[in-house]
Amino acid sequence: MRFMMFIYPGIKDEADWTPSAEAVGAMSKYNEELTKAGVLLALDGLHPTSEGARITYEDGKPRVTDGPFAETKEVIGGYWLLQTKTKEEAIEWASRCPAGGDVVLELRRVFEMSDFPPELQAAAGVSETEPEHTAAQ
Amino acid sequence: MTASVTHQTIEAVWRIESARLIGGLTRIVRDIGLAEDLAQDALVVALERWPESGVPDNPGAWLMATAKYLAIDTVRRRDRLERKHEQIAREIGMQLAMDGSDLDAELDDRIGDDVLSLMFMCCHPVLSADARIALTLRLIGGLTTTEIARAFLVPEPTVAQRMVRAKRTLTAAEVPFEVPSGDELDRRLASVLEVVYLVFNEGYTATAGEDWMRPALCEEALRLGRILAALAPGEAEVHGLLALMELQAARSPARVDAGGEPVLLLEQDRERWDQLQLRRGLEALALAQRGAANPGPYLLQAAIAACHGRARSAAQTDWREIAALYDALVVRLPTPVVALNRAVAHTMAFGPAAGLELVDALRAEPALARYHLLPSVRGELLAKLGRGAEARAELERAAELTDNRRERETLLRRAAACTGDPRTVSGS
Repeated sequence: MRFMMFIYPGIKDEADWTPSAEAVGAMSKYNEELTKAGVLLALDGLHPTSEGARITYEDGKPRVTDGPFAETKEVIGGYWLLQTKTKEEAIEWASRCPAGGDVVLELRRVFEMSDFPPELQAAAGVSETEPEHTAAQ
Repeated sequence: MTASVTHQTIEAVWRIESARLIGGLTRIVRDIGLAEDLAQDALVVALERWPESGVPDNPGAWLMATAKYLAIDTVRRRDRLERKHEQIAREIGMQLAMDGSDLDAELDDRIGDDVLSLMFMCCHPVLSADARIALTLRLIGGLTTTEIARAFLVPEPTVAQRMVRAKRTLTAAEVPFEVPSGDELDRRLASVLEVVYLVFNEGYTATAGEDWMRPALCEEALRLGRILAALAPGEAEVHGLLALMELQAARSPARVDAGGEPVLLLEQDRERWDQLQLRRGLEALALAQRGAANPGPYLLQAAIAACHGRARSAAQTDWREIAALYDALVVRLPTPVVALNRAVAHTMAFGPAAGLELVDALRAEPALARYHLLPSVRGELLAKLGRGAEARAELERAAELTDNRRERETLLRRAAACTGDPRTVSGS
């Protein structure tokens, strides 16, 4: 199963958005651990909201508001996409993230084939005839 | 925290730590079977204590320290107390005394080497493929014997016995715990990659096993491939294999239709391919190609899969490139099946006459004498060339050779549709 892990850095002033060299080092080491364990599929860090925008809708029409936004507690700082066998494994990895203070990590499971009903799951696994070999890979 | 939650947490810790733990212990006690027992015993202690005490801050280090204490006890208690064991006990004692330095970068490297050495040991050519697969899934993947048995549709005691015998064989053969080097490395690495790809294919082509285990095996193989790529980043074929698996897995969502029928690659809805996995596959392929002076079989197969992956539609497939890649692959991997696929690629690139020439060259191949795809492909090519009677005879022969009912019906229908002779085939 795949989990998206979001980090909410909980930074009050976006001027403090860039982390210290020490924090970056610890995070790199953590990311390397995830890589060596074969669980990391993707990751990215995000710029502060001053370089982003929000789109809301009024009467079905999009309305754009440029950042920065006031409610910094709910601002996402980055994400990891993890592939694990269980939710507990994802939680265990999350709990090893070098974070503290006001940081919040959130794990969200990604929709995939195994979330569909059993008959569809079974359908997805069937291939008695190695079909792709009959057509040059 | 309730006990049941902790139990699942311990399972998760085990999944993360078991390979490093067993690898580290094998390095110390020089016996893979003893190392696994010690790791299991440490896990039992954790299962007893952690529900009360909570999971320690560094569960991996906790398990390792516990296993080391158990190791000293075990080694001292052994009847056949040899000098080797005394020495091991002393070494572990010294290590325990120095613990605390356990978190520096040097140790990280050693942990990586331990896991890699363990992989090379589990996949040693002295073991049968079945034994290598079972050991790897158990000791590196952290799968239970039950899970392995279910995945491969064999009784649990068979898997258990297979592993016991494998560990004895490794001990008897005095297989060293190390990452091989020099000429030995290529041969041993090929054995590791073979095991990973066999696991993947067991999940991907599903010759046996319960449905739910099939995607799990693919995921397990991908995880093993990613671990290998991280631990042995200089090996082009490691990236090649990872690329091949990622690219094939990317197509999984489109490989069967709603009714469960297999969908041929060229007829798949490419919108359903997993774009992230496709991208990861192409990235791994780029890494492989950067390091490869002489492309190996996994890299070449990945490059073929990438040609399909890059084509927005089946019609946009670069068949000339695929035919050229098969020309290279058939030299590195001269199997009849590759040769047949090469003929199909040449047909797509240069027309049925070019394909038929290659297929005809394979008719004398003994390994293909009873392989239904040879007459099946030949029949299709003859049909395209307007040689209906010959085509029908080949397709009927293919129908005789296949074990698969659905495929036989399709072949007989195709045979009956071949013109050139008014006779039709019934019974489809």
